[in-house]
Amino acid sequence: MNNKPYRDTISLRPFWSMVQKEITDHVRSWRFLILLGIIVLTCIGSLYSSLSSMMKSGGASNGENAFFFLNLFTLSDGTLPSFFVFVAFLGPLLGISLGFDAINSEQSKGTLSRILAQPIPRDYVLNAKFVAGVIVAAVMFFTLAFLVLGTGLIVLGSPPTPEEFLRIIFYTLLSVVYVSFWLNLSILFSVRMKQPATSALSGLAVWLFFTVFYPLIINVILKSIQPSQFAPPAALYLYEKFRFSLVQIIPNELFSEITSALLMPGVRSLGPLTMEQLHGAIPGPLPVGQSLLIVWPQLTGLIALTLLCFVLSYLSFMRREIRSR
Amino acid sequence: MEKVIEISGLTKRYGTHTVVDNLDLSIAKGEIFGLLGPNGAGKSTTILMLLGLSEPDAGTARVCGLDPFRHPIKVKKKVGYLPEDVGFYDDYTGLNNLLYTARLNDIPKEEGERRAGQLLKRVGLTEEKDKKAGEYSRGMRQRLGLADVLMKNPEVIILDEPTLGIDPAGVREFLEGIVQLSREEGITVLLSSHLLHQVQQVCDRVGIFVKGKLLAEGNINTLASQLFPAEKGKKKKYGLEDIYNHYFQGGGNNHE
Repeated sequence: MNNKPYRDTISLRPFWSMVQKEITDHVRSWRFLILLGIIVLTCIGSLYSSLSSMMKSGGASNGENAFFFLNLFTLSDGTLPSFFVFVAFLGPLLGISLGFDAINSEQSKGTLSRILAQPIPRDYVLNAKFVAGVIVAAVMFFTLAFLVLGTGLIVLGSPPTPEEFLRIIFYTLLSVVYVSFWLNLSILFSVRMKQPATSALSGLAVWLFFTVFYPLIINVILKSIQPSQFAPPAALYLYEKFRFSLVQIIPNELFSEITSALLMPGVRSLGPLTMEQLHGAIPGPLPVGQSLLIVWPQLTGLIALTLLCFVLSYLSFMRREIRSR
Repeated sequence: MEKVIEISGLTKRYGTHTVVDNLDLSIAKGEIFGLLGPNGAGKSTTILMLLGLSEPDAGTARVCGLDPFRHPIKVKKKVGYLPEDVGFYDDYTGLNNLLYTARLNDIPKEEGERRAGQLLKRVGLTEEKDKKAGEYSRGMRQRLGLADVLMKNPEVIILDEPTLGIDPAGVREFLEGIVQLSREEGITVLLSSHLLHQVQQVCDRVGIFVKGKLLAEGNINTLASQLFPAEKGKKKKYGLEDIYNHYFQGGGNNHE
């Protein structure tokens, strides 16, 4: 039997053709245009809200706040949530909508068996769907971030420092990672579920569960074991640690920790700290590298969740029998 | 003669239900082979195993000398497959659907455009090539499917119930096209169908496939003489229909 690996005969060109096609399909679809519209509108709204609140507070006169530009992303005058809250809220929606019909619609249209009868490795289909979604999300988020930056530049009349710029770039990059988690989750559902509607609903259900119900459940659990006010510090510390670790599996929570550390340089730690640990610390902003180090575990967690979804879709897709329709 | 498809002991089970049962079959180069059997006989499953789209539980298959499960890509370079009820991207034109297939096959752009033009002409869709595939009629889709299969210049084409849902005139045209193609370019054709008239019309050899088992194979005349030797003197010309009836007599295999 010829066991020689046949990889040498595989070219990557078909893969990029598939990615290209997926991107074209995304960009031309109504679904994407509607989402884009919603996201752009909310961004304009939040930008207006943060700008008006910055004007009120007298802008740069606030000397101790050196990271003036980052306020564009985090500040709000109370009428509308700020940019990063919106991204955290709409990101999952974008991810789910980019992927929920990835595999099952190809199956129900009968194109999957035709595509897989072509000389391409089977995982090209999954990978192309994923890469195309990530590219679309990345282009969209970077465009938005740069538009916000540009508007800020024009309205405020002062450029961001390199440090601020780097933070914004990292923040945008990590938003794309966050969206790609939801994208992967919805691709997983699209592999498992036959109907696109079911898989879209499953994705939304997971999102709702994590944003609404999981925190509720945690509250119930924590109430029952909450130590009294006068409990020894060790017990309080353990309780806080426990509370912190419970929320660490929620992708939304991971992302909100990442954004707060990146966009607010004053944040020095995400978990609970003892007085001892705080002793002698001088409050002040951290450099970018240090902020990144703080969110490193969260970032790893988010990537791990993404990979987990990817592996699961792989497992169920790669050896499955592909019938026409 | 060179064997293009060789199947031995191929078995596929879903749970306890055996869909393809210890199948042996070989098809020579340039031959048009008809796999004839009622719905649910395991024809499609066999075809999926030939393409590496389904995993056999036992036995081996060789397509152009290659194991489709170990070397699916090499096999799919040589084999064109027209699935039952083929699907196209509905919002792409017929031409663009073909060009996408060309790209997946890593055919250079100019070459792909040239081939697509030729094949559209061949299947009679030149005028409809800029219409969206979603607006195609059933017969047009099937013809576009044939063009799609031929884009990669295959050595073997496998057609699964290709004539389903086309009107009789369209069927004749379609099948004649296949025969012509096979004769001109030496392409081996495996055609599965439950409609015996069509199989009889075009196939060099047929295999009668029921409940996962190949009950008989050979060309129609040999099959007839094997089955009805006593009546040889009667000068009646036996057709596939008689052979088919022979296997389904009283069997209650009323699948349609």
